[in-house]
Amino acid sequence: MRDFLVSIHYGSWVLLALLGIPLVGALLLVLQSAVAKDGSSLEAAPSARWIALITFLVEFVVSLGLWWAFDPNTAAWQFRVTHWWIPGWGANFDVGVDGISLFMVLLTTFLMPLSVLGGWTSVREKVRSYYALLLILTTGMIGVFLALDLLFFYVMWEVMLIPMYFIIGIWGGERRIYASIKFFIYTFLGSLLMLVAIIYLWLHSVDTTTLRNTFGYDDIMRHAVVTSRAALWLFGAFFLAFAVKVPMFPFHTWLPDAHTEAPTAGSVILAGIMLKMGTYGFLRFALPLFPGAALTPWVRNTILTLAVIGIIYGALVAMVQPDFKKLVAYSSVSHLGFVVLGIFALTLQSVQGALMVMINHGISTGALFLLIGMIYERKHTRLIDAYGGIARVVPMFAVVLTLVSLSSIGLPGTNGFVGEFLVLIGSFKSHPWFTLVATTGVIVAACYLLWAIQRILFNKLDKPENAQLPDLNRRELAIVGVLTVAILWIGIYPAPVLRRMERSAANFVQVVTTNQATRISNVSMTGGQR
Amino acid sequence: MSFDLSIPGQLGMALLPEVVLTVGAMLLLLGAAWGKETPARARTIGTLGIALSVVTIAVVVWMWMSGAKATPGIIAVDSFRWGADLVILLATIIAIALGIDYARVEQLVSGETYVLVLLASAGMMLLTSARDLIIVFLGIELMSIAVYVLAGVNRRSAKAAEASLKYFLLGAFSTGFLLYGIALIYGATGSTDLATIGTKVTGATIATAPMLLVGTALLLVGFGFKVAAVPFHMWTPDVYEGAPTPITAYMAAAVKAAAFAALFRVWREAFPGALASWHLGLWWLAVLTMVVGNLVALVQKNIKRMLAYSSIAHAGYLLVAVVSNNQLGSAAFLFYVLAYTLATMGAFGVVIAVGEPGERHQQLSDFAGLWTVRPWLAAAMAVFMLALLGFPIAGGMGFFAKWYVLQAALDAAHPETALAVVLVLTSVLSAGYYLAVVMVMFMRPRSADAPPLRPVRAPTFLVVYASAIVLLFFGIFPAGFLGAARMSVPTMAAAPASSPPTAIARR
Repeated sequence: MRDFLVSIHYGSWVLLALLGIPLVGALLLVLQSAVAKDGSSLEAAPSARWIALITFLVEFVVSLGLWWAFDPNTAAWQFRVTHWWIPGWGANFDVGVDGISLFMVLLTTFLMPLSVLGGWTSVREKVRSYYALLLILTTGMIGVFLALDLLFFYVMWEVMLIPMYFIIGIWGGERRIYASIKFFIYTFLGSLLMLVAIIYLWLHSVDTTTLRNTFGYDDIMRHAVVTSRAALWLFGAFFLAFAVKVPMFPFHTWLPDAHTEAPTAGSVILAGIMLKMGTYGFLRFALPLFPGAALTPWVRNTILTLAVIGIIYGALVAMVQPDFKKLVAYSSVSHLGFVVLGIFALTLQSVQGALMVMINHGISTGALFLLIGMIYERKHTRLIDAYGGIARVVPMFAVVLTLVSLSSIGLPGTNGFVGEFLVLIGSFKSHPWFTLVATTGVIVAACYLLWAIQRILFNKLDKPENAQLPDLNRRELAIVGVLTVAILWIGIYPAPVLRRMERSAANFVQVVTTNQATRISNVSMTGGQR
Repeated sequence: MSFDLSIPGQLGMALLPEVVLTVGAMLLLLGAAWGKETPARARTIGTLGIALSVVTIAVVVWMWMSGAKATPGIIAVDSFRWGADLVILLATIIAIALGIDYARVEQLVSGETYVLVLLASAGMMLLTSARDLIIVFLGIELMSIAVYVLAGVNRRSAKAAEASLKYFLLGAFSTGFLLYGIALIYGATGSTDLATIGTKVTGATIATAPMLLVGTALLLVGFGFKVAAVPFHMWTPDVYEGAPTPITAYMAAAVKAAAFAALFRVWREAFPGALASWHLGLWWLAVLTMVVGNLVALVQKNIKRMLAYSSIAHAGYLLVAVVSNNQLGSAAFLFYVLAYTLATMGAFGVVIAVGEPGERHQQLSDFAGLWTVRPWLAAAMAVFMLALLGFPIAGGMGFFAKWYVLQAALDAAHPETALAVVLVLTSVLSAGYYLAVVMVMFMRPRSADAPPLRPVRAPTFLVVYASAIVLLFFGIFPAGFLGAARMSVPTMAAAPASSPPTAIARR
């Protein structure tokens, strides 16, 4: 496989293709709607969803090559493409992949076709615009994961907001407008402060040979000179932007609204991919750029405390939700708390675990939202109480929902176990007390999910109207089938995944812990210059 | 080319664009006065006005490209002036184009309107070139008197008459402040020439002399009125709402740009030595303008009023660039003003396209469901709103404009970090009202009793879509434009004491 990929120069064009393919699809849809005079309801434009699906499938197939072409023995950037963008400012179009972003990209391309299939029949109005926005959103998300230039990263980071804002606000549930504006303003606030920090950082990172300011990630890592006090503020700005996105307690209040009101595909993307951008931001930017600030004891302990509060709080609030979608939304707060715990615990295992949780949460929570979407299409309610004992009516649905819930809880043999287990044993080495408290979160997770599926699936069938619900159709079976394979595969044999991320995770830990020391001495030597 | 400004003939050559525009406008005025006024005739005058602006643009570009220079004198011959002139002339063309459409909807017949716009532009161009406080005053008056009339050009509208009178009274009042300030500065330094003032205002005695302080304060008040900075903004919403929409667009873009260009030059050249004494005042002016403009815009229901407060907020952002008082600030200014002009005038173009005769249908709710009936118009409006918000890619140039101002603030001799933070926080506030427009257009259903929209006519069509496309294009490929903006800094006769040498040397 590798030889074939090399023979077609896969490495030199794959990242450009991944960014470009969705745009081509979106352009097709826009052109189609420009010529068509027949409106764009589903009946008038049945081809729109096919265009979207095929584009996403092509995108997925292209991205699959990364799995084989990726060299797991190095932490360096791979498949890198650089082109000047704004030469006067030292900004480049600069993309590349390492063991951290590889899986984020694969997760994105994996979930997108599924989320299109999940909303196959439920989106009926303005379908062309809907799918065009999904495609543009994909370019933005992949751009965020690939960017190695801070300006390009920031632009991609913001660009994603607009399509998501429209997807929630136009195709969402009843309180969609409120949810979409809240989503936008929260994220925008965090990212604008990050913008100030990026400009500040750029002004203070001058390439010593060319005497030019630079946005390049590697250059900034090498040349940035800021005082430790400034570093603390800069870290704060980056942290806020990412913490809102994760979302960490107490910045999480936009999440239940946005996730609940978004259409199925929107929820899948929000939970499955966009939340990871926050934790990805910690891994890529906040910690490596400002290790001294991030590992200042009070900062680190505050963040770890917030992460653990998030784990427990998210789980407890999830337990009392009457709305299944909201329950899953709050469970995300809890799961992402594990990721932050793993990242800031900063051992190799905990960081690898955090990466695994990011992948697994994308798969499991994405699957949960897809399943909720399927059952919602049948009964048009998300309230847990409206169901009850439907396991016998819809056996396939019941089996899959149970499996996915168990994977979300972290049952051994499913993917969820691998990640949370690694986070916990990794964190225990450096922060036993935090880890001890966090472990209770796993137990509460079992409570809220098992209780929920008991009420939905296994209680007595006390509502006669539920006896007529149709089971999963072939399209839905295909979706859940793919997801089930992924859940079991990572659960049983995670080694190939771990192997590909190991070097980069180790590199991350090393960069942060060693630079912490050197950076501080740097600061004391150069602190007086500005 | 190099002009010796002490020779009248060469001074005239250095003012060639202004001369071309003024003479052309006079001829058009004769044409408008001759014979019977018919709609077709008025339209012809308008079209010729656009042609005249294009010719003037050609002259400006020619002079810029030929690298014209001049000896120090009462006017500047530098790329800052040319850049600002181009923005003003662009705004002129857009205003006249929108005006032609507007006249058809409102059934106005007056060819003089376009001539007045051209004359106001001539005043603005004088203002951007001024290197002497007397020329500043002349430019402001020439501009303002024409605009007072323009605000009330729709004689059937009581609101427009109110706007015009209000603008005139307050404008005249502010001119008094300006003139008094100039007099006091002359008293303190013995000169009205910016460069001379700049060299005088370096010693500790003059820089802190009460007469100079009061003079600069009064000058700032005068400029504050023209650029609509809080607390001198009270006239803005009423005048913007009452004036005919194309004129509002013109005021929001061109008047503001010209006044800011003069403010920039005066402050960069004459008063850097007194930085310590005016810095705090200007700092608070910027903060107040950003906060009040954005807060009050949040509660507006009328789009024109909302855009009026938005223009106040943007004056605040530009004041940040003034406070930064570095070369980057002036480059940032030009780029910002261009992005802002395109976005604001484009937005007013959409307001005209959606509005009904008699300036009705300008409430936010009238835009509900615009997407379902005019998808491209709604998309263009979304671009303008996001550009004003400073959003990347989807908002095009707006992002780099805001970026540039932030960069100027953070790169100042004493980094204005607090101002930068206020700027971004108030930008978040502004998302509240810019997104409200987007939300209404895309997410609310069209009301059942909404009248069918008129077809969008060619001038408005061109203005709206060309603005949107230019904004988007340079939002993705800004490299060339940023380079041009960076060159466009005022030439300085006196090296300012406060400019940070390290920051400039680095780039």
